[in-house]
Amino acid sequence: MSTTSLVVGALLLGAATFAIRATGPLLHSRLQVPARLMALMSLAATVLLVALLATSALFDGQELSDPARPAGVAVGGVLAWRRAPFVVVVLAAAGTAALIRALGG
Amino acid sequence: MAVRPLTFLRQWRDDLGPALLRDIVLVNLAICLVGISYGAITVGEGLPVWLPNVMSVVVLAGASQFLFTGIIATGGGVVAAVLAGILVNLRHLPFGFALADTVRERPLLGSYLMIDEVVAFSLAQKEAEVRRKVFFTCGFLLLFFWNLGSLLGALLGQAITDTEVFGLDAAFPAVLLALVMPALREASTLGIAVLGAAIALALTPFLPAGTAVLCALLALVAARPWRAEPP
Repeated sequence: MSTTSLVVGALLLGAATFAIRATGPLLHSRLQVPARLMALMSLAATVLLVALLATSALFDGQELSDPARPAGVAVGGVLAWRRAPFVVVVLAAAGTAALIRALGG
Repeated sequence: MAVRPLTFLRQWRDDLGPALLRDIVLVNLAICLVGISYGAITVGEGLPVWLPNVMSVVVLAGASQFLFTGIIATGGGVVAAVLAGILVNLRHLPFGFALADTVRERPLLGSYLMIDEVVAFSLAQKEAEVRRKVFFTCGFLLLFFWNLGSLLGALLGQAITDTEVFGLDAAFPAVLLALVMPALREASTLGIAVLGAAIALALTPFLPAGTAVLCALLALVAARPWRAEPP
């Protein structure tokens, strides 16, 4: 993998990501978006975040991950539900996955 | 405006309140940990040590950065990695509309800082002024801590070879879960989000990276958006 292609790739992805993010804020003033549509956008954002976390917890690319990762995320999820601080959630998730892997070999 | 930095900071702290500030700091420490896992995994896959930080400044979107690394590591090539990253980041389109009002005064800077965690954290704030302050405070801190984590991780990745031993791959989904938790306490939102996740999980083995996540939006039909009256 050449340095140039990696840098160009990073710049392209960065530019596209910025364009996607800026569409709403830049068009919003010229576009009257009804309150119900805004609520729907908000719901859409939550749906996408949950889908993203679920797939990244259970899959490694297109194949299922080992059980340690979802187990770690589940422990983190229970702690988050019980309103534990974020750092505790993350450390518990990583720690659980690491522990299961250490025990399971 | 000639405001002394300390006065400014004190004002900022008083505006947000200690509880909210503590939460923001804790999210950022968590993001720093995810950044460490990102940097370590990327360098562990044989990519150059400067790449995590270049990506973390230029792209500033964790999920697509993980994906970019993953595709190049499995031999997919830069073009596929960029396209997949764009696909994953298409979810920021509704974020932009949802937060358009919040970043109204600084749309370009606001768009740059529109990171998953900042979005989730901001949307959790009901009051517009608080939401705006949370967005920019959290955004700037995240830019810093995500890069700090990426740097530490990249250096760590040179030293250790197997990052999964430390369970670092579980950190990213766990942070997202913690961040959407406030929204999920609402039963109707939870139902639709679970349906969306089920759709995405069912489709992931069959679709290109990122597409399955976008298909989760089909679950919005369950919210019956065509109804004239809000539920």
